Amino acid sequence: MRFLLIEDNAGLAESVQARLAMDGHAVDWADTLDAAEACMDGADYDLILVDIMLPDGDGRTFIARHRARQAETPVIVLTARSAVSDRVQVLDLGADDYLTKPFDVAELVARCRAVLRRRGGTASNVIRLGNLEFDPLAATVRVDGEPRELRNRELRMLEIFISARGRLLSKGQLHDRMFSFAEDVSDNAIEVYVGRLRRKLQGATVRIETVRGVGYRMAGP
Amino acid sequence: MAARRPMSLRRRLFLQMLGVAAVLSVALYLTVRTVAERAAEATQDNILAASATAIAEAARAADQGILVDIPYAAFAMLGAVSEDRVFYRILANDETITGYEDLPMPGPGGAGPAYLTSPYRDTVVRIVRLNRQLPVDGRPVDLGIVVAQTRLAQDAIARRVANVAAGLGIGFFLLAGLLGGLAAQSTLRPLRRLAGAVSRRGPSDLRPVDHSAPSELQPLLSALNGFIGRLRAALDRTETLIAEAAHHVRTPLATVRIQTEIALRNTDDDATRRTLRAVIRAVEESARSAGQLLDHAMVSYRSDHMDRGPVDLARRLSEMVHSVTPAADLRDIDLHLSGVDQPAAITGDEVLIDAALRNLLDNAVKYSPADARIEAALAPGDGWFWIEIRDRGRGIGEAGGAELATRFRRGANVGDIVGSGLGLSIVEEVARAHGGRFSLENREGGGTCARLELPRT
Repeated sequence: MRFLLIEDNAGLAESVQARLAMDGHAVDWADTLDAAEACMDGADYDLILVDIMLPDGDGRTFIARHRARQAETPVIVLTARSAVSDRVQVLDLGADDYLTKPFDVAELVARCRAVLRRRGGTASNVIRLGNLEFDPLAATVRVDGEPRELRNRELRMLEIFISARGRLLSKGQLHDRMFSFAEDVSDNAIEVYVGRLRRKLQGATVRIETVRGVGYRMAGP
Repeated sequence: MAARRPMSLRRRLFLQMLGVAAVLSVALYLTVRTVAERAAEATQDNILAASATAIAEAARAADQGILVDIPYAAFAMLGAVSEDRVFYRILANDETITGYEDLPMPGPGGAGPAYLTSPYRDTVVRIVRLNRQLPVDGRPVDLGIVVAQTRLAQDAIARRVANVAAGLGIGFFLLAGLLGGLAAQSTLRPLRRLAGAVSRRGPSDLRPVDHSAPSELQPLLSALNGFIGRLRAALDRTETLIAEAAHHVRTPLATVRIQTEIALRNTDDDATRRTLRAVIRAVEESARSAGQLLDHAMVSYRSDHMDRGPVDLARRLSEMVHSVTPAADLRDIDLHLSGVDQPAAITGDEVLIDAALRNLLDNAVKYSPADARIEAALAPGDGWFWIEIRDRGRGIGEAGGAELATRFRRGANVGDIVGSGLGLSIVEEVARAHGGRFSLENREGGGTCARLELPRT
């Protein structure tokens, strides 16, 4: 996905850029509303992430203007303001979702996808590996054209394996990417999910190999 | 020692009007009585004078002196009035020639009759004296005719008049009191209207009071508006300060969190990973506590000054469930929503209801294991709507639901999950502010059922 991030704090903006890049997303950063307008003139974005407090104006003004232009790009507000009333107000202005800082990047991506799914319209970016088709946005998986029902976490695990295709992933790495940091999950849980994923992907030309004592790797054509 | 409250304006106004009415009533009483008594006395005086005149006209000179043949009519006109007794005395050159010698009399007046009220014998009499000159043997003789009458009739009239005057005075006083009360009421009505207009306002309504008030209330009104203006400025400053503070604290926290995630991606060392995860949890905990503290302060404030309006619980519950769905999806938690096809209208504060529902749903998601199911159900009851959030989490252990709704109190079985202990007290407070109930209990088969009951409109 291609994001436009409107955020005046350079440290946060660079972190978000780096973190989303790890998941294969591109992020353009604008530190003022003016810079944001310039970015939007030059490129098309799947999503706009906007802070409320900006040096040259209010993010809410931006949303109102954006909606007045009848622009289609969804807007998600990233803000330090956590009050329920702020949330209601921002959504009323036409924002698509609202996330309070500090946020979980996995949740941010999930919310972005949910917004895009709700909006429809955006062209899907289907990944094909042998006879496996994976659409991360629509959250669908097909093997030989036949749809497979995968739960959210199984999808995430599949996505992690695909993005690290051919590379070895330790249980710890999988663990950190799959589970929220607030929950304590035993390493055993990873084995359970790998088992489920293998079962659901039966017949696929890619497979998940166990590297004894170290971790897992996706192998295949 | 309690300060004594100053007397109410209405009472003060009413009592002052009553005082004036009392003075006027007494004055009326005295005036009516005096005028009526004067009139009665004048009547008696006229009759006495007429009687004396009749006697005087009957007097004539005779051989041995003066002959007074008292005409019947002279006494008849007096007797006709009442049972009063009549006395007379006739003098010639200041010597009594007939009648009661001891009858007191006014000094010799001028040409007209002279009057006197004087005690006589065992009573009080009204006396008239009339002077005439009568030629006797070519010499003028000063003839004095004195007629007196007791005052029984006069006193009776005076008593009647006094009664009537007293009745009039009392009636006047009562009427004035009633009108005074009404006047006090209507004079103070604009004040009450102004007070009503101010007290009916919502908690966040800090617009100046634009209320047409009489000119006497204008100073109060402009003082009030000045105060509202200062309050609004102070609140704005506080809000800006809180927002700035949140911005300056939460933005670096967000940076720390993401940088830690990046560091986690780049390490394989288990000890480092554990440390980094602990950092992220600490960041989440502090952010969450700060948010809930603000929410709790907001809920406490708004509960006291509710911004009431129509709220559709079905819509609120659906929206809140949708807003936590992405977070639940991350852990494959199914949110099952039911009973929201029909609108469920109550009167309440939408922001408060949202805060309560969000806290309940956040809790359910937070304490549910992966792959679990959460049910959010809305149903109408008898005069109530109830909302149940049922999860298959760890339940509430031994603690009672009421205990967990206490501020900063967390269950004994949740040490490993980030939380501030404020969420349930927020829900409890919202329920109380709406006249509803909140309960929390363990479910059969494990998990928690949180039940929020709110009265229908």
